[in-house]
Amino acid sequence: MVDSKHQWKAWLYLAPAIVLLLVFTVWPIINTVRLAFLNNYNSLTAVNQEEVVTFAVGIENFKTVLRYDGFLTALKNTALLTVITVPLSTLLALLIAVALNSIKPLQKFLQTIFFLPYVTNSIAIGMVFAAMFNVVGNFKIPRLVSTYGLVNNIIMFFGGDPINWINAGSGYWANMFVLIFYIIWNALPFKILVLLGGLQSVNKQYYEAAKVDSTPRWRVFTKITVPLLSPMIAYVVITGFIGGFKEYSSIVGIFGNTMGAPGNEGALNTIVGMIYDVLPKQDYGLASAAALILFAIIFVVTMINMQVSKKRVHY
Amino acid sequence: MHMKIVLENLTKIFPSRNKKSGEEVVAVNNFNFTIPDGKLIGLLGPSGCGKSTTLYMISGLQKPSSGKIFFGEDDVTELSTESRGIGLVFQNYALYPHMTVLQNILFPLQNLRGKDKMSKEAMLERAHEAAKLVQIDELMDRKPSELSGGQQQRVAIARALVKMPRVLLLDEPLSNLDARLRLQTREEIRRIQKETGITTVFVTHDQEEAMSISDMIVVMKLGVVQQIGKPQEVYDNPENLFVAKFLGTPPINVFNGVVRGEKLYIGDADVLSVPGINDQEVYVGIRPEGFILDPDGALACKLSNVEVMGRDVSVVSTHEASANPIIRSIIDADNVINTAAETVRFSLKPHKVFLFSKADENRIRFEVK
Repeated sequence: MVDSKHQWKAWLYLAPAIVLLLVFTVWPIINTVRLAFLNNYNSLTAVNQEEVVTFAVGIENFKTVLRYDGFLTALKNTALLTVITVPLSTLLALLIAVALNSIKPLQKFLQTIFFLPYVTNSIAIGMVFAAMFNVVGNFKIPRLVSTYGLVNNIIMFFGGDPINWINAGSGYWANMFVLIFYIIWNALPFKILVLLGGLQSVNKQYYEAAKVDSTPRWRVFTKITVPLLSPMIAYVVITGFIGGFKEYSSIVGIFGNTMGAPGNEGALNTIVGMIYDVLPKQDYGLASAAALILFAIIFVVTMINMQVSKKRVHY
Repeated sequence: MHMKIVLENLTKIFPSRNKKSGEEVVAVNNFNFTIPDGKLIGLLGPSGCGKSTTLYMISGLQKPSSGKIFFGEDDVTELSTESRGIGLVFQNYALYPHMTVLQNILFPLQNLRGKDKMSKEAMLERAHEAAKLVQIDELMDRKPSELSGGQQQRVAIARALVKMPRVLLLDEPLSNLDARLRLQTREEIRRIQKETGITTVFVTHDQEEAMSISDMIVVMKLGVVQQIGKPQEVYDNPENLFVAKFLGTPPINVFNGVVRGEKLYIGDADVLSVPGINDQEVYVGIRPEGFILDPDGALACKLSNVEVMGRDVSVVSTHEASANPIIRSIIDADNVINTAAETVRFSLKPHKVFLFSKADENRIRFEVK
């Protein structure tokens, strides 16, 4: 413990960090709450008037957000993407981590390859994915198509018909498939890293004991590996859900900031996308209210996650 | 059901860690031994002597570089650990931390497949039997983290025993226990082994532990077996200086001596007649209980102090020919010692005196009259 005489020194050393946190984190949070509860707050109206404009305190912003016809679409898209991608990417990451952990040669090399997406810009990856799924030319007139893109070429190589993934006239689930594919791929490296780290810190003796007990491989995985990794799995799932509800840049990366295939703009919007939609109109009140609603959703989902993991996470 | 274990020219060579020097480490060198059916065998030696490596080769977790292992008549050298049907208690127990005691003990039974597959009731019955044997049947719902070291150790033994293994292996089973629990648990291991009759091999660096419960001990040094025998036989009749020094508490006293005209001299004193031995320099090992307090004794030592330990008296003295800094002798408490005296004189019990060659430290035997 620092005695009171020298406490000012401790505060002094902490000051730079505290000041930065206050200015760039604490104040914006407080301000967000304030703006959300000022009815119809708009920074243009707030600044451009001669006299100071006061806004009534109330929940008008929240009402507007909930009535906004894009809100339900955004909520549905966000929830669908999260619920589908988090379990799938966690399971895949777990299998890859276990596989990586059980090979000796090339382990470091493969580890690096799996980690590459993590250090690559997600917009750039999105554009590469868009190119892979893109069809250049008019999809309806095959002789005008100059390329069907990598993915359709693979499908056609195996004798399938090309699919309109992301171009004009493409279907909702075709779009979603591309997004899910991309999000899972993008989410893998971090999860693999965490799970592999967890695996490598598991005492080898448990596996030797399992061998002595003549345990079949599948039972070793389900009864020993997964329970011993459960704290890491819980961590990966919880952070995955939080990240999933903040999904935005992946859609921009593939579809651009129209948030949808051409002719179907906004169909793939997410909650964060919605917040960005209202910002250019200076509707800070609406954006703040939407942000708080997003926060509430994430908060509730995380609480549920923690409750579930309390029962599932061992020791 | 139980069976002898035959180790035939068993050798384990570890490649060198330092690739440039390329020096290999011979952890176990040409080990030959038949472990008799239903006996408790202690593998004993200082760290790095290859005792654990031997145990892990019997378990199959390590593969021998050469040589063969038989369980009964079956050659199991190439058999995986899973198929050997052994029970192994790890030094740190390796209990599955996320399972209760009952789940830990049930786990090996739930792995049984095919014709060995058991019903749930039969498994529970067997688990409770095993738990009763090691007296932990009241702790079945606890997690390993809620158990003391001694209790964890019993759970580990129960888990190893529950599938009725052909062979039970224990790796330093008592090293994590405190002194009192160690005494108690080693008796327990002895009792359980007697009750089940399973051929058991355990590894220890503690000679007292090995001597007290083993039917036979194997003393190892740097991968080479030094001596195999019943504990008392090995103690009374060590093959070489290493074995003599390794067994016994307090340890054996070693002197530099000379044999001249079939008489043994320590310093200038003629302490013992050793018929049939050529003149040479020797190491003389004298067990602490080999000294007799004798005012006319030939061996005169400088008295340092006297420790009374109830039944016995431990006399600590020094002698210039001693290879150790002090000489510790244990004599009966009935003897009266003048603690103020400067010198103390001993005569020797001939069967507690061992001679070892200075060249190879092997035993030079003489006839005790």
